[in-house]
Amino acid sequence: MKTIALLARKELASFFDSLMAYLILAAFLGVSGFFTWWFGTDVFMRGLADLSTFFNVAYWTLFFFIPAITMRTIADERKTGTLDLLLTKAVSDRQVVAGKFFACLILIALALLCTLPYWITIASIGDVDNGAIACGYLALLCMSAAYIAIGIYASSLTSNQIVAFLIGLVLVSLFHLAFSVMASSFTGVTGETLQQLSTGAHFDSMSRGILDSRDLVWFGSIVVLGLSLAEMNLAKRLINT
Amino acid sequence: MDIRIDHLTKRYGPQTAVDDISFRVSAGEVLGFLGPNGAGKSTTMKMICGLIAPNAGTIAVGGKSVADDPDKVREMIGYLPESNPLYEDMPVLDLLKFAARLQGVPRDRETQRIREMVEVCGLGLEKHKKIGELSKGYRQRVGLAQAMVHDPQVLILDEPTSGLDPNQIVEIRSLIKDLGTAKTVIFSTHILSEVEAVCDRILIINRGKIVADGAPSVLRAQSHGEQVLVVRIEDAVRDEVVAALAVLPGVSSAAPVGGSMDAYELHGTTGAKPAREIFQLCARKGWILTEMRPVETRLEDIFRDLTLN
Repeated sequence: MKTIALLARKELASFFDSLMAYLILAAFLGVSGFFTWWFGTDVFMRGLADLSTFFNVAYWTLFFFIPAITMRTIADERKTGTLDLLLTKAVSDRQVVAGKFFACLILIALALLCTLPYWITIASIGDVDNGAIACGYLALLCMSAAYIAIGIYASSLTSNQIVAFLIGLVLVSLFHLAFSVMASSFTGVTGETLQQLSTGAHFDSMSRGILDSRDLVWFGSIVVLGLSLAEMNLAKRLINT
Repeated sequence: MDIRIDHLTKRYGPQTAVDDISFRVSAGEVLGFLGPNGAGKSTTMKMICGLIAPNAGTIAVGGKSVADDPDKVREMIGYLPESNPLYEDMPVLDLLKFAARLQGVPRDRETQRIREMVEVCGLGLEKHKKIGELSKGYRQRVGLAQAMVHDPQVLILDEPTSGLDPNQIVEIRSLIKDLGTAKTVIFSTHILSEVEAVCDRILIINRGKIVADGAPSVLRAQSHGEQVLVVRIEDAVRDEVVAALAVLPGVSSAAPVGGSMDAYELHGTTGAKPAREIFQLCARKGWILTEMRPVETRLEDIFRDLTLN
């Protein structure tokens, strides 16, 4: 655990040193603030004191930002050779992957934390359901965790950050878009299965304030799957064919 | 802490990088690992560190198997990879602290260890700079410092002196030599004089196989059992001298040294000491003997002999 915290702290420090973190935070707040408060069907058109407008915006901004955050995690270390440096220290492959996962998750959590003034503003305008909003934030965090795990897996496949970004984006868009689009053209079990595989099926109810353990389990499973696959990719160096 | 390597084999696809090699390195020994490019040096070192797994064979460091107990082994090893990869955007001190904590240096000793490393590796003036801003020589020092920060019993250094200037090379060599008194050190290099200066033992590998193993002096004796002498004889006719030298007891062949008027190279038969005969010959003939010196077989020659076929 101490090792994971150490690795995560180092990773976070490099996010902030490279200005990456500031850019991501600024872009996320800029885009989601713009669409939540200013443009299109913004929060004032809704006639309800809640943050569902923001949750819908963040649902899309995170979809694009997360592969951009995770793309360098392992790919860059592989390219510069520092992965060898790391893996010859007294750390396991799992700790390396977990450290990177938590660093990215903390960065996203920080971004979400910066939107807390939205909550305060809405609360001062009308009567808000605080439980529902908290649940909405939890939904965003769960979705982010799942996509980060997928993004880290994509990053473990290659030593090229751009390739990692594109693979990550494609994999994430399967869950974000493709499965639900496919689900709409099937009926019965196939349609239902595809629908259950899409992020939307689990995110929507949660962002409206319905906390269902099945949704949590689903997000958790994606995290475990993504991180395990990434760990396997690191361990490949130990397998002889 | 000793390293035992038994029947180690590593294949990359159809190519065999390391081919059934076995050797031991005992505690307090400095082993120079020599070989041409692509001989399997780095591959062997990576396997000792548990970075890649062998196709066959076993490695044990201090009695612990690398395959079964990789974390324990990694704690005992300090490894400097060949290309010396480091986190460019990290300041030197942060990297050393990171390496120390990963390798489990106790917190109360951490500051002291880092300070020692900064001093030993001569990083005093550069310690607050980011690694990306350092010159190659200083990067190499940082690489060494991070490998040694947890005071490992075993050091695996892949070309530790590459990219250093002559002064730094001398410093790093003496550092390795000092370390070698208490620790087990394996280091690879292309520079043969370095091996002689630092190592107790040399291991030469070529195409994945060990072709020589022993102390520098032993290798020299093995490579050429015969003794080579250069003599300089003045006031004599060249052909006459060659003919007279060649028939001396203990001399197997004699030839003039190219480019010199009166120098000759003699190859003695194994174990023979023809110096006395040469002196007496010159005295009888009235030739002036101005120089007689044994030529030591250079390590370069041994290396070329062993790896060029």
